Amino acid sequence: MGRVAEIGRQIGWYWGSLMGDNHYRRYVDHRRRTHPDEPVLSEREYWRMRHNVTEANPHARCC
Amino acid sequence: MTAPSTSDRTEETRGDVTYIRTAKDLPPVAIIDRSPITTKHKIVFAIIAVLGAVAWAIIAFFRGETINAVWFVIAAICTYVIGFRFYARLIEMNIVKPRDDNATPAEIFDNGTDYMPTDRRVLFGHHFAAIAGAGPLVGPVLAMQMGYLPGTIWIIIGAVFAGCVQDFLVLSISTRRRGRSLGQMARDELGAIGGAAAIIGVLAIMVILLAVLALVVVGALAESPWGVFSIAMTIPIALFMGLYLRFLRPGRVSEVSLIGVALLLLAVASGGWVAGTEWGTDWFTLSKVTLSWCIIIYGLAASILPVWLLLAPRDYLSTFMKVGTIALLAIGILLARPIMEAPAISSFAGTGTGPVFAGSLFPFLFITIACGALSGFHALISSGTTPKLLEKESQMRLIGYGGMLTESFVAIMALITAAILNQHLYFTMNAPAAQTGATAQTAAEYVNGLGLSGPPITAQEISSAAESVGEESIVSRTGGAPTLAFGMSEVLHSVFGGASLKAFWYHFAIMFEALFILTTVDAGTRVARFMLSDGLSNLGGPLRKLKDPSWRIGAWICSLLVVAGWGSILIMGVTDPLGGINTLFPLFGIANQLLAAIALTVVTVVVIKKGQLKWAWVPGIPLLWDLVVTLTASWQKIFSADPKLGYWKLHSICSAAQEAGKLCSTAKAPGDVEKIVRNTFIQGSLSILFAVLVVIVFIAGVIVAVRAIRGGGSASTEDEAIPSRIFGPSGLITTKAEKEVQKEWDALPKSAAKSVGTGAH
Repeated sequence: MGRVAEIGRQIGWYWGSLMGDNHYRRYVDHRRRTHPDEPVLSEREYWRMRHNVTEANPHARCC
Repeated sequence: MTAPSTSDRTEETRGDVTYIRTAKDLPPVAIIDRSPITTKHKIVFAIIAVLGAVAWAIIAFFRGETINAVWFVIAAICTYVIGFRFYARLIEMNIVKPRDDNATPAEIFDNGTDYMPTDRRVLFGHHFAAIAGAGPLVGPVLAMQMGYLPGTIWIIIGAVFAGCVQDFLVLSISTRRRGRSLGQMARDELGAIGGAAAIIGVLAIMVILLAVLALVVVGALAESPWGVFSIAMTIPIALFMGLYLRFLRPGRVSEVSLIGVALLLLAVASGGWVAGTEWGTDWFTLSKVTLSWCIIIYGLAASILPVWLLLAPRDYLSTFMKVGTIALLAIGILLARPIMEAPAISSFAGTGTGPVFAGSLFPFLFITIACGALSGFHALISSGTTPKLLEKESQMRLIGYGGMLTESFVAIMALITAAILNQHLYFTMNAPAAQTGATAQTAAEYVNGLGLSGPPITAQEISSAAESVGEESIVSRTGGAPTLAFGMSEVLHSVFGGASLKAFWYHFAIMFEALFILTTVDAGTRVARFMLSDGLSNLGGPLRKLKDPSWRIGAWICSLLVVAGWGSILIMGVTDPLGGINTLFPLFGIANQLLAAIALTVVTVVVIKKGQLKWAWVPGIPLLWDLVVTLTASWQKIFSADPKLGYWKLHSICSAAQEAGKLCSTAKAPGDVEKIVRNTFIQGSLSILFAVLVVIVFIAGVIVAVRAIRGGGSASTEDEAIPSRIFGPSGLITTKAEKEVQKEWDALPKSAAKSVGTGAH
């Protein structure tokens, strides 16, 4: 049972990382570590910033 | 690469494994494992090699027997495993020489958003989603005109020795240059002229790519109310997803994607009902020209609207569908185990008179398959995008080489779905309307006259095939996408759902292809717009204002120019009396392969400059092969005296006819003659432009390479190495030594330097 739950957690983690569900958590970890004294963006603000970055530097999609 | 100058760097060797630390208080950041291959692995790889050889022998030499599609899957996978384990390793050890003790751009500039060390398996998914699209699906379908054998060989062997090598090496040189783009690297390595030619080449090639992909969508959706309805519904669904993520629940990407996919399936399922109603038929039956205008307007709007509203949610949907559908198709093929209907090598391979695309096997097979074996466009993703997320240099083999192997596998599955179709039906769908006459009766007469193997087809059979997938007609549904959808519906309905779901699967497949082609169109328009404004701003004067990305009017004008570029070629294609795919797809293939030539030139020059002349053949041989193929194809397209092949020959014939007031080629009215004269002029001019640009880039490359060999010394363009402070395993499977080191890192307190968000810890 523990093994099944572990595999399920791994798949959930993979899918979440691929699609973006845990990107905000990742960002918060990063800010806490690198700039522990500064306030962290809220999840809403974080996604606005992400989209602004994409707007300024679009990624190609291939054929 | 010089070793990090810090005195903190220490090496410790235990048995065959060397552990490298860059700081005293941190666990090792790099592992060099020199363990010899174990006997168990030797046996496993020997079995894989033998199995692959058997599969290849069955594919290549069994004549007059029925061949099961599973053999193609086995031959492909076994070859990939051997190529990845041995050839990619050879390249890694002798050319790339990854240094895990040096930080990647992702680690140096880590900002938790666009630069971020990402788990290798996740990055593999991102990279694959970015490189895979409609190209590897459509190319092999069209190439089936030549039979299955030449296509299979090129898709698999071409990937192992050319496509994967390009992707892997471009990724490696860009990673060592802070993630610079292909255009920037061309300028740095080849000088001003070579660099400028490369940048103009990339932009021109991008425009033709977008036009041809849009043309494929038009071919799939024209006169198909069901298809148009389900694709039209993707726009409100994407808008809903965008608003949901922006205002309701930011960050819940999987949740909203699941909702989006459910709505999408509902749209596909209800499309059949809509197409059956009178208003549905009225609203959604669109001609090719109307549909082209819709796509042009859509492309313009999508490139101007904010990213979060349309582009980002579409991207989520298309990633979801891409991964899901490709997995579904693989399972379907393994479960259904269909039999090949196509011949190994068709009569058109030698004569070059096939109706799907003109020209003989060499060089046009390689041009047509394009992305599935070698794709220049991947160089745009391997440079720039992927290095910003790469955790460790030693992971480049998995992501660069392995990512392309996966794309090649997608191409093999597309080839299988086209090869299992009745060959008469295949040519009914893929020959241009000028030949088939666009009705079931005339199409049956036409394909029965082609001398194909198997019993002749009747008009009744063509009509019932169309009916089985819920379409009015399947005659001359060119572009490859409808054929692929038909083949997919054959495979999937036999495994999931039975005959009653066949029409659903057909439209599901159409929707899936159109979805990510449209995503490519809007992302590509944006990227091309940036390239254009960047290029124009370098000209100086008042154009310098374009450097400022927040200048909206400048952005709109550049978007308009890009859309006008591909839009006009699209309109030209759909109104072409010869059938647009027939004349434009070769141009797309040539453009893509020429871009690969630019990328391989840059890579070869870098390898030579680094003093690795002995290994220059690794990128050099694919480069020379690619140049021979594409320049021969360009030569034939420009100079051939056969009007079916040469753009200019047809141009001069039709110009003469126009002056004499006569008809030419397949033209049925004076207006058609005029169109042929104009279109052949544009296509011929583009062929010349592409070929000239690539020849300039290649010559610039040769000059730089010769200078480097003679002088021996040109400064390295690699950026200075910075010691890494994170750790990540190299391959797909974590080794024992890597697991132990990973445990040491996991035991560190949270505040220590660690790869962000990697691993499920």
